[in-house]
Amino acid sequence: MKYVDEYRNKDLIESLILKIKSISSKNYSIMEICGGQTHTILKYSLQELLPKEINLIHGPGCPVCVTPIELIDKAISLSQRPDVIFTSYGDMLRVPGSSDDLLNCKARGAEVRMVYSPLDAVKIARENKEKKVVFFAVGFETTAPANARAIIEAEKLNLDNFSIISSHVLVPPAIEALLSSKNTNIDAFLAAGHVCTVMGYSQYENISEKYKIPIIVTGFEPVDILTGIYMAVKQLEDGRNIVENQYSRAVRRDGNLNAINLINSVFEISDRNWRGIGIITKSGLKMKEKYKRFDAEIIFDFPDLVVTQSNECIAGEILQGFKKPTDCPSFKNICNPEYPMGAPMVSPEGACSAYYLYKKRRN
Amino acid sequence: MCLAVPGKIISVDNDKPDIIMSKVSFSGIIKSVCLDLTPEARVGDYVLVHVGFALNTIDEKEAKETLKMFHEMEQLADSVTPELS
Repeated sequence: MKYVDEYRNKDLIESLILKIKSISSKNYSIMEICGGQTHTILKYSLQELLPKEINLIHGPGCPVCVTPIELIDKAISLSQRPDVIFTSYGDMLRVPGSSDDLLNCKARGAEVRMVYSPLDAVKIARENKEKKVVFFAVGFETTAPANARAIIEAEKLNLDNFSIISSHVLVPPAIEALLSSKNTNIDAFLAAGHVCTVMGYSQYENISEKYKIPIIVTGFEPVDILTGIYMAVKQLEDGRNIVENQYSRAVRRDGNLNAINLINSVFEISDRNWRGIGIITKSGLKMKEKYKRFDAEIIFDFPDLVVTQSNECIAGEILQGFKKPTDCPSFKNICNPEYPMGAPMVSPEGACSAYYLYKKRRN
Repeated sequence: MCLAVPGKIISVDNDKPDIIMSKVSFSGIIKSVCLDLTPEARVGDYVLVHVGFALNTIDEKEAKETLKMFHEMEQLADSVTPELS
């Protein structure tokens, strides 16, 4: 596939490893923000190929993992209603709520439908006027324009049976929260390429300057990630700390203005609770007043909601890079993709899922 | 969730006034993709697709430059070569 295969080239991967080895003189911890990048790192054994000086720390960039448990419980509650068709991206279906998940609800007969795009959910609403169609709109900046466009489409079509549970989080405030933490041990960041495709990377320039830390906007293929690591190590060795763009084939400094305008027309910035981490100020998006009629949390009641979180899952520490999945006593033991204790074990971007899939295979 | 896949636009539908829809090929698998975020995209362009939306057109010139840089790096590595562990 064009723009994919050439970035998985074995010879290039080997050359980049050699280049990184040739310039690394100290120990460095580099955090990749996005769970998609974490999966590439595990899939291609990049940590094992890298020199021992380079430690890769996995970041919080898994929107499914950080969606608060009360929203999962609300989604489950709505799916039980006979008048509701509940729609969601596939990633959310296995994420455990307090005592259940959406896939189990579906197995017991609830009308839960997996959709590929939020526009599919709008189409379902259009074709099922007698039902209320709710879409679980989860995502980082990458997904927010598509979810915003779905709201605009529902408005244009005058749909009164479409609404969303909105769970949108933003990357830069999470990076700042990590850097402000006293436990932090991060020398450089690989910023999430597709978030920056939408938003650009000017927001990261202040962070890089304020915390004196290199930030490299990085793609998702192994050659992209190794180039990002090379650029980060080069900056650290040279004593520089700026924002650089490794993923220039997809990311411009100012991002995609059409997408940014669309986000701003539907959403506004709000504080956000991150599952396992807590509230981070101004780290999320909520729907503007004008679009409240599409907000499922407002238009439905949730009278019997009892939210309980397992204490055994250390997802919060994993999402902040304090621990690795293999540090968890439950990992591969009582927690596995079939019976996940936390979202990082089921999400295709979760660090626990990546370790389970790829470390297991090699062992 | 933030995964996006590059695909080639093979046709643009002009039948809906409010939304730009297209057909995009991912190595032969054809999906319907909204081009509202990338109205400048044309048939033959590669776009990065996420949840049914093109997020951006892929900059072919930039992609070529990066690959050229990689190949120069590879030649350089051939002349250095410590062993890979």
